Amino acid sequence: MSPTENKLIVHSIESFGTHDGPGIRLVVFLQGCNLQCKYCQNADTIALKGGTSTEIESLVKRAINMKTYFGDDGGVTVSGGEPMLQSKALIPFFEGLKKEGIHTNIDTNGLIRTAEAKHLISELADLVMFDVKATTEEGFKTITGAKGLDRLLENIQLREQSKKPYWLRYVLVPGYTDSEESLRWLIETFSENNHLEKFEILPYHKLGIYKWESLGMDYQFKEVEENTPEQIERAFEMLKPHFKDVIVK
Amino acid sequence: MDLENTFKTGRWCKAIEVKDFVTLNITPYTGDHKFLEGPTARTSKLWDICKDALKEERQNNGLRDVDVNIVSGLTAFEAGYIDKESEVIVGLQTDKLLKRAMKPYGGYNVVKKALSEHGLKPNPVVHESFSKYTKTHNDGVFDAYTDEIRKFRSLGFLTGLPDNYARGRIIGDYRRVALYGINRLIEGKKEDLEKITGPMTDATIRLREEVSEQLRALSDMIEMGKIYGLDLSRPAQNGQEAVQWTYMAYLAAVKEQDGAAMSLGSVSSFLDIFIEKDIQDGKITETDAQEYIDQFVMKLRMVRHLRMEAYDQIFAGDPTWVTESIGGLLIDGRSKVTKTSFRFLNTLYNLGPSPEPNITILWSKNLPKGFKDYCAKVSIETSSIQYENDDLMRTSSNCDDYGIACCVSMQELGKHIQFFGARTNLAKTLLLAINSGRCENTGTQMVDGIPFIEEEYLDYAKVIDNFKIAMKEVARVYNEAMNIIHYMHDKYYYEKAQMALIDTNPKINIAYGIAGLSIVADSLSAIKHAKVKPIRDENGLTVDFQIEGDFPKYGNDDDRVDHIARDVVEHFNLELEKLPVYKNAMPTMSVLTITSNVVYGKKTGATPDGRAKGVAFAPGANPMHGRDTHGVIASLNSVAKIDYKDSKDGISNTLSVVPKSLGSTPEMRIENLVRTLDGYFGCNAQHLNVNVLDRDTLLHAMEHPEDHPQLTIRVSGYAVNFVRLTREQQQEVLTRSFHETM
Ligand code: SF4
Repeated sequence: MSPTENKLIVHSIESFGTHDGPGIRLVVFLQGCNLQCKYCQNADTIALKGGTSTEIESLVKRAINMKTYFGDDGGVTVSGGEPMLQSKALIPFFEGLKKEGIHTNIDTNGLIRTAEAKHLISELADLVMFDVKATTEEGFKTITGAKGLDRLLENIQLREQSKKPYWLRYVLVPGYTDSEESLRWLIETFSENNHLEKFEILPYHKLGIYKWESLGMDYQFKEVEENTPEQIERAFEMLKPHFKDVIVK
Repeated sequence: MDLENTFKTGRWCKAIEVKDFVTLNITPYTGDHKFLEGPTARTSKLWDICKDALKEERQNNGLRDVDVNIVSGLTAFEAGYIDKESEVIVGLQTDKLLKRAMKPYGGYNVVKKALSEHGLKPNPVVHESFSKYTKTHNDGVFDAYTDEIRKFRSLGFLTGLPDNYARGRIIGDYRRVALYGINRLIEGKKEDLEKITGPMTDATIRLREEVSEQLRALSDMIEMGKIYGLDLSRPAQNGQEAVQWTYMAYLAAVKEQDGAAMSLGSVSSFLDIFIEKDIQDGKITETDAQEYIDQFVMKLRMVRHLRMEAYDQIFAGDPTWVTESIGGLLIDGRSKVTKTSFRFLNTLYNLGPSPEPNITILWSKNLPKGFKDYCAKVSIETSSIQYENDDLMRTSSNCDDYGIACCVSMQELGKHIQFFGARTNLAKTLLLAINSGRCENTGTQMVDGIPFIEEEYLDYAKVIDNFKIAMKEVARVYNEAMNIIHYMHDKYYYEKAQMALIDTNPKINIAYGIAGLSIVADSLSAIKHAKVKPIRDENGLTVDFQIEGDFPKYGNDDDRVDHIARDVVEHFNLELEKLPVYKNAMPTMSVLTITSNVVYGKKTGATPDGRAKGVAFAPGANPMHGRDTHGVIASLNSVAKIDYKDSKDGISNTLSVVPKSLGSTPEMRIENLVRTLDGYFGCNAQHLNVNVLDRDTLLHAMEHPEDHPQLTIRVSGYAVNFVRLTREQQQEVLTRSFHETM
């Protein structure tokens, strides 16, 4: 199935999202991803096939039904997979939500640069959460299977220039992304950014392995150990002084 | 102390109007929980004794001790203590801690059975009296039951009816004893009695007899107080006495009656007025205040009734439903939260988690933030409390002084009672529609006039037509049973002590109920949106269903099925409303199962939603286990669509989440739970149980019950000690949806 203007290809819906953006959120996980991260926790969302074609109108209605729960800062998050693969259909979706006064957020790997994706980043989304997969092109390729750090940085810059809030999320993979050098690069690259509201450190864990196995796919990071509390603490202490709000999830 | 010179005066001085006293004298508290104190040494000492006794009770098959010689009553037993020197609030149901008593007026066979299950017998004098001379409620009901009612009852269409045990659910206004003293209450009832004059119709004669009984109970209450050296004839003079007097009034109720649910009402903010006065006058400290409440609550936790094993199927875990409602707003918009509201919740820390008293928070979006946050914290840390929508109930009945009877049912204190009616099995009713009015298990003809469905695939319109006939007939039989039950209960086991603390001619609602709503909704949705083929045996009875295609399932915020659930509730309630009720009670209905969802499931054949024969129903109005696949809020929103106007006796929903799914930090969890409650009740939902538990904790408790004596879990409308559930019920709890985030 391919996305059309009034439909989104949905993998699943979580109406009680408490980990993907501020407040309580309706999280719409979209099907399909342009990357294949070695530790992907939602491996079943990667394939471009599958998913359920869902009317945008019904998704907006779902969000409206949740208004009483949103409080001051809750709303809708589109995640995935990579939601920007369906950037065209996201525009009417977000416009519909905006009309209802519902806060919108995109959880993206930030590589896609279609005109619609740029419009979402620079204009439409109330919040964008960019995944920073690695701090070098080589590292990026090792983790995601493709290069693309340059495109990610361009998109983050676009958001920064549009003076709208965004968060960065960084998975701390022992031996891959947790070196002092990597962390220093993060500080050098982003600490001057004025609209970066929050930096989330996501500890590496293997909870998604069972999905890989059930899909008959090989989980290549089997040998990578989960972080020790000291490793997390060290990264946190290092980043904390340089960003507005650093949290460990 | 003369109360009229101490407190703001008003209508309460002229008439028995506790609500007026509370409204005039309450001190709402808007702060947080930091002022609270831990338990005193005396309290801890008492609780240690109780814990040992509870352990003994568990080890002794759920019965620590029972008196087989004395029929319980207000003055039947000598004084009983846990440890007299340490008690600031005294009184036990019998002369010994956790010793149960016989209350055979509900049904003598049940008492005999309960005793024989422990190898005991009632004393011969009691036996002779109740087998030869004294008629019970149970005897009366079965004298009047028709064959048809018996059939509906034995085949599981009507289950859990209070026809062999006491109906409970009536809430005496126990505060009256503290505020007025019993002498004043006797005066009031005497005045009432004088005014009940001819013509001597059934109703008038009955009322005169009832009030006379109440007067006798009031005198007995004074005597009961004397056994403990208390003068209940006069009003309470200070905080300690207010607590003590209120408890004594409640104790009278649970000495006389063993109703399924014996709610306490809403006493915390009333007691706060006396306690606050003592604190203001410098007579007591916060520690003293907490000690009163801790010890009061400890006593409430020790309330016991003698039950037979079969009872456990409908009401698992030996519950008593000492439901205390806390919070809510006054009609004038002020909050009813006081420091004593916090003190009640604090008992869950000072004494540890516990299912009883069944603490119920009357939630309003305008409750003070400090209180909302504290409730959420307590829920997250103890899973011991439940919530009901005060904004919905207060405004729809224009009443701000009410308690919750049992699990979910609103009852104005001192002005209103209800007749408990258990519930009917709506899933089996649906199967009648597909089996030409026959019981799907036995083939017994239950309802006439339902045509046989010949077609290979079920046709929605036809099924609905048949279902309407079935609902109409089931409602009729149900109503007949209820009228008989309450007529007989009044006649043979009248709640004289409780009714003595209620206005003489109170409003009454009859509380019907339904079980199996989610099964019915999903079944009808399958028939409508997929293709459902019944598999029939040689007699044409359905044994299974084949479903082709997918269908919307209740619990996902999908109107295509949620509106089916809503409409079924509306329709069945309308059928019930058409029928005449004993004492002209107002018909109401609940969507509530207690724990009977397991036994209902057992008695119900395969259903068109794909549920296999014998599988447990979801509790209350909950979606079926595992079918709510869009997360917590979608699930809550489906339930919220059931209209309270169609189910005024309550709509029970139980939410179980793992801690992490509420958020990543303790502060976020509190915030998100508060928002969830605001959101759910903002959609006009009525009730929510909240469990915040890891499945692993429950699994561990199943294997090592000794490590988790106080582990509490909310089930449909009440809470239980998890380790006191049967293994089967524990399994059922585990199969429920525990919402985790993706
Ligand atoms: S970008 Fe996200 S969804 Fe895509 S593969 Fe990586 S982790 Fe998985």
